[in-house]
Amino acid sequence: MSILVDADTTFIVQGITGREAVNLTRECLDYGAGAKIVGGVTPGRLGREVHGVPVFDTVAQAVAHHGGPIDGSVVTVPPAFTKDAVFEAIENGVKLVVIVTERIPRRDVAEMVELATLRGARIIGPNCLGIIVPDVVKMGGIGGPARDAAKAYTPGPIGVISRSGGMTTEMSSTLSAAGLGQSTAVSIGGDAIIGTSYAELMPLFEADEQTQGIVIYTEPGGRMEAELARWVTEHESRLPIVAFMAGRFMDEMPGMSFGHAGTIVEGKEDTASEKIARLATAGIVVAERIEDIPVLMREKLGVAT
Amino acid sequence: MRFYEYEAREIVKRAGIPVTDFGFATTAGEAHDIAARIDEPVVIKSQVLTGGRMKAGGVQFADTPDEAAAKAEHVLGLTINGHVPRGVLVDTKAEVAQEYYAGVVWDGIRKQPVMLFSDMGGIDIEEVAETHPDHVGRAHFSNILPFSDFQAKQVAASVGVTGSRLNKVVPILTRLARLFVERDLTLAEINPLGKLGDGSFVALDAHMEMENEARPRQAALLDSLGVGEEETRQAREATEFELAGEAVDGMDHRGVAGNVTEFDGDLGLVIGAGGGSLTLFDAVRAHGGRPANYCEIGGNPSVRKACGLAKLVLQKPGVDRIAVMMSIVSNTRVDIVARGVVKACLELGYDPAEKISIFRIPGAWEEEGFKILERYGVRYADRSTSMHEAARLAVEGAA
Repeated sequence: MSILVDADTTFIVQGITGREAVNLTRECLDYGAGAKIVGGVTPGRLGREVHGVPVFDTVAQAVAHHGGPIDGSVVTVPPAFTKDAVFEAIENGVKLVVIVTERIPRRDVAEMVELATLRGARIIGPNCLGIIVPDVVKMGGIGGPARDAAKAYTPGPIGVISRSGGMTTEMSSTLSAAGLGQSTAVSIGGDAIIGTSYAELMPLFEADEQTQGIVIYTEPGGRMEAELARWVTEHESRLPIVAFMAGRFMDEMPGMSFGHAGTIVEGKEDTASEKIARLATAGIVVAERIEDIPVLMREKLGVAT
Repeated sequence: MRFYEYEAREIVKRAGIPVTDFGFATTAGEAHDIAARIDEPVVIKSQVLTGGRMKAGGVQFADTPDEAAAKAEHVLGLTINGHVPRGVLVDTKAEVAQEYYAGVVWDGIRKQPVMLFSDMGGIDIEEVAETHPDHVGRAHFSNILPFSDFQAKQVAASVGVTGSRLNKVVPILTRLARLFVERDLTLAEINPLGKLGDGSFVALDAHMEMENEARPRQAALLDSLGVGEEETRQAREATEFELAGEAVDGMDHRGVAGNVTEFDGDLGLVIGAGGGSLTLFDAVRAHGGRPANYCEIGGNPSVRKACGLAKLVLQKPGVDRIAVMMSIVSNTRVDIVARGVVKACLELGYDPAEKISIFRIPGAWEEEGFKILERYGVRYADRSTSMHEAARLAVEGAA
């Protein structure tokens, strides 16, 4: 099985007529069994089509056209309009919102996340590439064009969670080459506040029978890794975790941000070395190199099974 | 983006939080005039974006305007931790009966702002939280419901503040919470919040940081404070090389080819994307390489921008060769980056095969990209060469 999405998941693309969104729509339609994209929304573009997907002015029109609730939305609208688009999706019954947009102020993200929580919806991102279930479905730009995604992702037992969209693919490709496929890979986004953190995805992977181990990509900044370490310890997780920590050099440069908005080190718990230590106390191995990840995971799986 | 104290004090003041009479001076003469207007003993505080002012002698006291001018002259000439002061804050020297702390920050795990309050102000709040946890009150508040006075009251009361003190502190905390939200701050701190002899409260120092992503919508405030768009307010000022990187990225709106940070090594890096750059920079250093720069390519930049970035790095004094490396790309096209970096070499009169020590970008349009590199004899690698292995090859190639 998979988490968050499967072959039956219906979704819309908000901002579908943008250059990147047009590509993303094509990619999702082409990948695996073909995503069930039931509509697109761009205000003022009612009646157009993008790769055969009907375009609406509002989410409500898309829902009416579909004739029932729509599971998800991929949001690709500019940062100044993202909050409104996400509110619109949630208030029209969408339960899974993938926000691709970068550079959204934290306050807007926090508002969206709080509304989602109130409505029983979930946000992935912002500043993420989405979700992929190898050979089945992808929701978002993750992995790129279908033939490129097929080169990197293969079905298997590993759940992948990453703060970097590109590194989700790099790590999955390395796992695939070593014969370790993925159950679901989730690009969770690189911002300081995101809809769903590592620890918030863990219960889903925990409940997924296909998943036997977790690989995460982490960076300096924030306390999400500490939260994960705590979760793993408190819940006696069955899943071995191998982590990779990028940006170790940033420890020497407090106050500077590299790579993603969320990497800025604002407290001593945020540094790479502190995070590595915290993860280690929870039994999470931190790989020095990407190519060490499959080796470490195999060792862990050998012990675990 | 961090504000200078004089700006933070102005923001606090505009939010209706009481402050002592103060002024900002860039010359001794201006400091004299502000001190004369205040007509009381003053404090002269260096305006730098770094800590340790007091220890470095950047905070001085003066009883008369003439003394204020002399002290300002001295502080203006004092470099603190490598920072040249932007000016001095001339502030009323208040008679403080007790120092408090009031602050608001984001909690990325709860995804809400959290208000912190302590009756032990004047020192680092993290230190107080460790040594005297019962003296720190805290409360998260909603992003959707408006902040309400009772929330501030609960926080203050939780550390034992009562009586008229409580009624005076509550509106200050409420205003601070609303200010934090309305101004897109990531840190809003009044420390110390001073209780004066007459029982009134004033903000004696303020530390504010605004989220970079919110700068466009806070343009009116920034403009009124005189904060220029070009001021990054990072931990150190941008170098000429870094500003040139910004200019490259600004050539057009397609993708990113910039986010340049200067280092003093000899290996030029043209790397991406966000997480890939962090990984590759670490990998180069792990192999003993000395990067000349950090940068990021991503989001499918134009040939022009990729070329511009490669040229910038190639022309940096001390750079002999560049390494062009990324994690597997999905939307950035390998062939476009390949074309850009080859073009950069050719336009500068270099042989791409000589100047590019390694090209490791697998992913979308890789066959087309690798064909271009083959034509020019550039050493390249696909995904079977790991990022760390590519970094090793780059370091050896540069030696």
